[in-house]
Amino acid sequence: MTLKLGVPSKGRLMEKTFEWFAGHGVVLKRTGSDREYAGAVEGVDGIELVLLSAGEIPRELAAGRIHLGVTGSDLVHEKIADWEGKIRALAPMGFGHADLIIAVPKAWADVDTLDDLDAAAAAFRRDHGFRLRIATKYHRLVREFLRGAGVADYQLVDSQGATEGTVKNLTAEAVADITSTGETLRANHLKILSDGLVHKSQATLFKSRRADWEGGNRERFQALAARLGVDG
Amino acid sequence: MTDKAKVRAQAERLQAFFTGAGARVVEADILQPAETLLDLYGEDIRARAYVTSDPLRGEMMLRPDFTVPVVQQQMAEGTATGAVTYMGEVFRKQEHEGARASEYIQVGYETFGDADEEAAEAKVFALFDEVLSPLSLRAATGDIGILMAAVEGLSTSDRRKAALKRHLWRPRRFRALLDRYGGRSPVPETRTRLLEKARKQGAAAVADAAGPAIGLRSRAEVTARIEALLADAAEPPISGNEVAILDHILSLRETSVNALEQLRDIAVDLPNIAPAVTRMDRRLEALSGQGIDVYALDFEASYGRTTMEYYDGFVFGFYAEARLDLPPVATGGRYDALTRVLGQGRCLPAVGGVVRPELVLTLTEEAGQ
Repeated sequence: MTLKLGVPSKGRLMEKTFEWFAGHGVVLKRTGSDREYAGAVEGVDGIELVLLSAGEIPRELAAGRIHLGVTGSDLVHEKIADWEGKIRALAPMGFGHADLIIAVPKAWADVDTLDDLDAAAAAFRRDHGFRLRIATKYHRLVREFLRGAGVADYQLVDSQGATEGTVKNLTAEAVADITSTGETLRANHLKILSDGLVHKSQATLFKSRRADWEGGNRERFQALAARLGVDG
Repeated sequence: MTDKAKVRAQAERLQAFFTGAGARVVEADILQPAETLLDLYGEDIRARAYVTSDPLRGEMMLRPDFTVPVVQQQMAEGTATGAVTYMGEVFRKQEHEGARASEYIQVGYETFGDADEEAAEAKVFALFDEVLSPLSLRAATGDIGILMAAVEGLSTSDRRKAALKRHLWRPRRFRALLDRYGGRSPVPETRTRLLEKARKQGAAAVADAAGPAIGLRSRAEVTARIEALLADAAEPPISGNEVAILDHILSLRETSVNALEQLRDIAVDLPNIAPAVTRMDRRLEALSGQGIDVYALDFEASYGRTTMEYYDGFVFGFYAEARLDLPPVATGGRYDALTRVLGQGRCLPAVGGVVRPELVLTLTEEAGQ
């Protein structure tokens, strides 16, 4: 019986995760060849490193197949219904910052707030005969945000990539996407609504409420938590 | 978990009651085209309905209610009037864990084309009241028609009235709009700047200068909205007096007879609601005629404002007061506007309601213990 820690399997997110743990005296390592997804944890006993796609970590945490996991808070909030009941956020890790925002064409001089977006959507539906389309892959987060703000007469259309291009391609009128610097948005003649911040995401260490915490895992976790300085 | 066979037997009993009252039985497909439902209810329905895809018919939904298919049938049959009843499962995706069912049986009764609208409303309410009477539920009633008439009666532009009416079902947004139109909340700074620029340079010039035109929403649409904003900024605020009257109506919670008295008083200052108040008066008389004690019947002017937005007149619901964790046992109301949307130019007076047999069964069993 070991405690499973899921971390992103590649790229900057993996490197930064390794650095963050190393900074707390816990060494994470990939083992085997460069291409083999295997890893090890040094410094605390009984912990198994599981390398996963960052997008799958929320699901694995919710199912309790891993005990701890590192992924973007946006992914947990988007992918897991009622996530607070299944997963607990232990520590924001200070990297992987990305904002989920709502953006509209810069040409929309009349639209600066959600209020404006709502009014523009009403007029758009009247003039075009269908609901104003917002392209996104964050359906749950965006829908809940817009519902809370009382925006009506819109529809979400799915876009799994190159979302900023959908307006120019006439497959959407507005977008809801992740941005860190806003450069891609600017290059595509889009602007962020002044109150259009849906979620401020960063890499976060999460704990599963559903995993098996018996068989010494609770103690292993406490040892690790003490080392990491997080509240168990 | 309640026994499904028992629930079905209960459903059949309820439907037999409605057929006994003269309704003919109608059926509806479980798979419904998603487009109609999405267009009608908006993105929220996607969060609540199971969406699936059909290789030939495109996006389909497991029916989240019977109202749309039943109304469509009525409108397609042209002169279909009279009462109908239906029975079957509806499907609602639950995004939060808890006891709410994602699949349950509904039994409905709807009546179309009745010339005496208040009599029809009273009859529908009385039927549900009678079939649920052994459960001693609390009945809630309201009237969206009065709210609409009140908004319509404000001394302000048609554009503002339309915006308020559009958000009648979203109380927070409605409040924000009312505060803005009443001059009680400040105009955002970006709006002020936009208007200043537009006054100096003209709306078209401001739109032209904003950025390259991309997407379906055209420059003309942007210009038109800036012009509308300019016109709106020149509108005087809705008077404090009128806002107070509207607030009074929105917060009205009384027994029906007292509520009617208050609404009559309000109609002196806001005469536009008078016809709606007269209809309420006629409805209460019809309800009395059906044996309902209107001196004890609750009336809540805001009732129905947070449910689906197709009701546009009388609304009602039946609640188990000892079990506030349960959804309402039955709900219903008038939805003429929906028949206009689905009727492609035609419309029919329509009023009806649905009851959940599983809840009737649960409460009956609890009462028996």
